[in-house]
This record gives sequence, structure tokens and C-alpha cells, in this order.
Amino acid sequence: MLRRRVIPCLDVANGRVVKGTRFVDLIDEGDPAELAERYAAEGADEICFLDITAAPEARATLLDVVERTARRAYIPLTVGGGVRSVDEMRDVLRAGADKVSLNTAAVADPDLVRRCANRFGRQAVVVAIDARQRPSESGDGPRGWDVLVRGGREATGLEAVAWAERAVALGAGELLVTSIDRDGTQSGFDTALLRAISDRVPVPVIASGGASGPADFVAAVIEGGADAVLAASIFHRRLHSIGAVKAAMAAAGLPVRLVEPAVA
Amino acid sequence: MTRARMTQVAVVDYGAGNLVSIGQGLEAVGADVVWAPDGNSLGEADALIVPGVGASAPAMERLRDRGLVDPILGWIRDGRPYLGICLGLQLLFEGSDEDDAETLGVLPGRTVLLEDAPTLPHIGWNQVVARRPHPLFEGIGDGADFYFVHSYAGRLAGYEADELTLAETVHGRPFLSALARGPLLGVQFHPERSGRDGLRLLANFVRLAAGQAARRPAELAAPAAVRTA
Repeated sequence: MLRRRVIPCLDVANGRVVKGTRFVDLIDEGDPAELAERYAAEGADEICFLDITAAPEARATLLDVVERTARRAYIPLTVGGGVRSVDEMRDVLRAGADKVSLNTAAVADPDLVRRCANRFGRQAVVVAIDARQRPSESGDGPRGWDVLVRGGREATGLEAVAWAERAVALGAGELLVTSIDRDGTQSGFDTALLRAISDRVPVPVIASGGASGPADFVAAVIEGGADAVLAASIFHRRLHSIGAVKAAMAAAGLPVRLVEPAVA
Repeated sequence: MTRARMTQVAVVDYGAGNLVSIGQGLEAVGADVVWAPDGNSLGEADALIVPGVGASAPAMERLRDRGLVDPILGWIRDGRPYLGICLGLQLLFEGSDEDDAETLGVLPGRTVLLEDAPTLPHIGWNQVVARRPHPLFEGIGDGADFYFVHSYAGRLAGYEADELTLAETVHGRPFLSALARGPLLGVQFHPERSGRDGLRLLANFVRLAAGQAARRPAELAAPAAVRTA
């Protein structure tokens, strides 16, 4: 049976892992390849790098980080941040990534999703959606979620569920759904957002933004319908281990891949 | 003359995707990796790996453009060790329902969409359940988790189907996740991305290839084109 995945996310700026609250106040948390290897040994099902510098001059640094990681961690690697063309995606895959996540570039140029899927297969194309709940209005209808880009700084006018469906129609093989409201707050995943999207698309949905503890991972899957759950600071700061998260998921009846610790 | 050398594994490089992991994985288990970007580069290798993800038609086109189709077919016909990974397994069948591509046609059957799958693509770790024992899985527990990323899988046809099936995996319905016909091996999952069990499988393949290389007649060990060089 397909396992529900636990994915540590490493926000990378200028070749270092950083973490901030709501994309600001960045704190240095270590070397990406080293952390990735540690997580792989601890049972991570996949590693996600989000390059939050994404300045053109930082590409070489990122590709080097990807390659060093691919040489140390024998688990899948997804890379996002700043990929704007088929050629850039090719470079990241050739450096050792298995999947590339498109965010701002996909909103600006939706056909990029189709071109990348045609060239590399839809399984290699992740569309990342940063969503923020719409402000309450007088009506009783569903509020919906706005899609934001540029690291959560810029509104797009797109509604998240509609954009999710369109992205899948264009060729996205997976969706990485981040709640900007919850990101960095450790107040739990936005399970209503996750459920709204996972009910409407056939592709796997990765939950992101707001993890505080193992119970949140369980809720993301059971209430939100997520196939995989991503978190950053709770792992980096060793507040919870990947093993503890998976044990909680298993105890809740969810299929997870349990890894025996390596013999020291 | 008889000095022991590392087992040499040629990995077909036909343009797209992550080759870092497979190269690193093979080196980690003690193989000497040579990249094969065209038909002249399979050389004296002891074993051939065809990796790949994605759709069949563009993959076949790239194999043709690089003059790799006939050398790969010749390799398989000569009974030399072959491991197809993901697309490299699917291409062995007659054709693919994904884009109606005509593929290598080495195995009877087609590549078909996963049936009744709760999610597509099938991405993540899933259990590989043995249908018969095989040295490729030596030291790996039955039902071990491997990493998959695909929407289609090969479906064997004909009287040999049960005999060729090594393992199946369930996503919706059971599908073919590993097969063997003599030295021709294929896995739908990605051993190079499947942690310790994945490395164990690559080590098993390299060991099988080394064993066959030791038994191989001289005319196969050194193909004419290379011998004259």
C-alpha cells in the first residue's frame, strides 16, 4: 500500500538552510546536503529544497547544493525556487533533482507547466501554491483562498482551488499546498484548504505550512486528504523527530514507511 | 590478464532526468560506471542499465536519434545483463498506451495505465511483494518499500507472464513491479532513490553481472568493434 510521506523542507538561501517566520527574519540552520543526509537516515521519505534567494547569480550555488545532496541522500529530492524555463528545469534535474517545483513562474506563464510536463513527464513537475484565506465578507458563501506569489508577498487574483485544478490540467503531477496564514506559526495545517484541493484533483497533494507536532501530520492526511506532509523548523530545531511523527501516523492507522535506525 | 577489475556498468544517458543518483548508487556498491550517450559507447561493459522517467514516445525518439536502439536490442539478444528502471522497463514492451508509442518489443505485452489508482501519478514509497524468489532481491525483505514515480506500468501478456513476474505492487490493483527473463531484469521503482534496500538491489545486480561476465565467452566479452580498437 502506498505510504503517506513525511518530507522535511529545507529553505535554502545562498547555499545555506534558513528558516524564517512568514518568509522573513531568516535564521541560519546549517548545510543543506548535511541536513538532507541526516533526515534520510532518520527516515525522511523525500527531501524538498526551496531556494528562496532564487537570484540568477545564485543558480550555480543551488546546482552545487543539489548535486552534493543527491550524492549523499538516496531518497528523492524536489527542488523549487526560481525555475522559469524548460532549460532551467533540465539543469536542476541533471544536477540530481527528481522533481522541480514551479510557483511564481507557473502563475506568470501557465503554459510553462505544460512544456515542462511534455519534456520531462508530469511526475517531475510539482506546482507549488501559496494560499491565503480570503478576508471575511458579508455573504455566507465559501471564502476561498487567494494565490500569492513572490514568497507570499504578491497577490495574483487567482483562487487557489481553481488554480490547483488548472495546474493539474496543464500537467502538474503533484501539488505542494502552503498556507501562508499558517506558515511558520506552528498552529497546525489549514486542513480546510487541503481538503478543498485534494477533493478536486487526482494528483498527490503535499501539505505545508503550520506544523507544530505529530498530531498535525495526522490531521493533514485524515482531515485534509494530503498524501504527503512537509515541515521545516520542527525538524531542524529537533522539536520532533521524523520517527516520532511517523509513529503517531502509524498509531492513527496511516500507512507509513518505518525505517530502522542505522547501526551506529 | 586475469587481474580482478571492477564490474563495469554502462548507463544509457539519453538526455533527460537525474543521472546523478544512479551513478552515485552504482559507485557506492563498487561498480565502475560508464555513461553511454550513443550507440558506440556500450563497449566492453559487463552490464547495461537503462534508466528514465516520463513518456515513451519522446524517449524512443531520443534513443533513435542517438543510435541506441539497435545496440540495446543487440545487447539483449546476446543475453547480456540488463536492468531497466522505470521507463527502462516499460520500453521493453511492445508499445505504450500513454502515447501509442511503439517500443522495443522485447517482452510480450504493453505499458498500460494503472487501474483503479486512488491517485495518479503513483508517487511515493510502496511495498514490493515477491511472486518468486530471485537473487536480485537477496537480503531484501518481502514487502520492502521502494520509491515509485509513474502512472503507467508494463503488463505482461502470453503464457510466460506468470513465470517472468518477480514482484507486484498494489496501487488500486496489483501491477508488475519487477520482472526477470534470464539476464534481462526490470524494476518499475527507483532503486537509486530507495535508501538502503535500493542500494542492496543495485549491489545484487552488479554481483549477478560480475558472475555472468566471468562465464561469458570471449567473443561476447570483447565485441569486434572494440577489440580492433
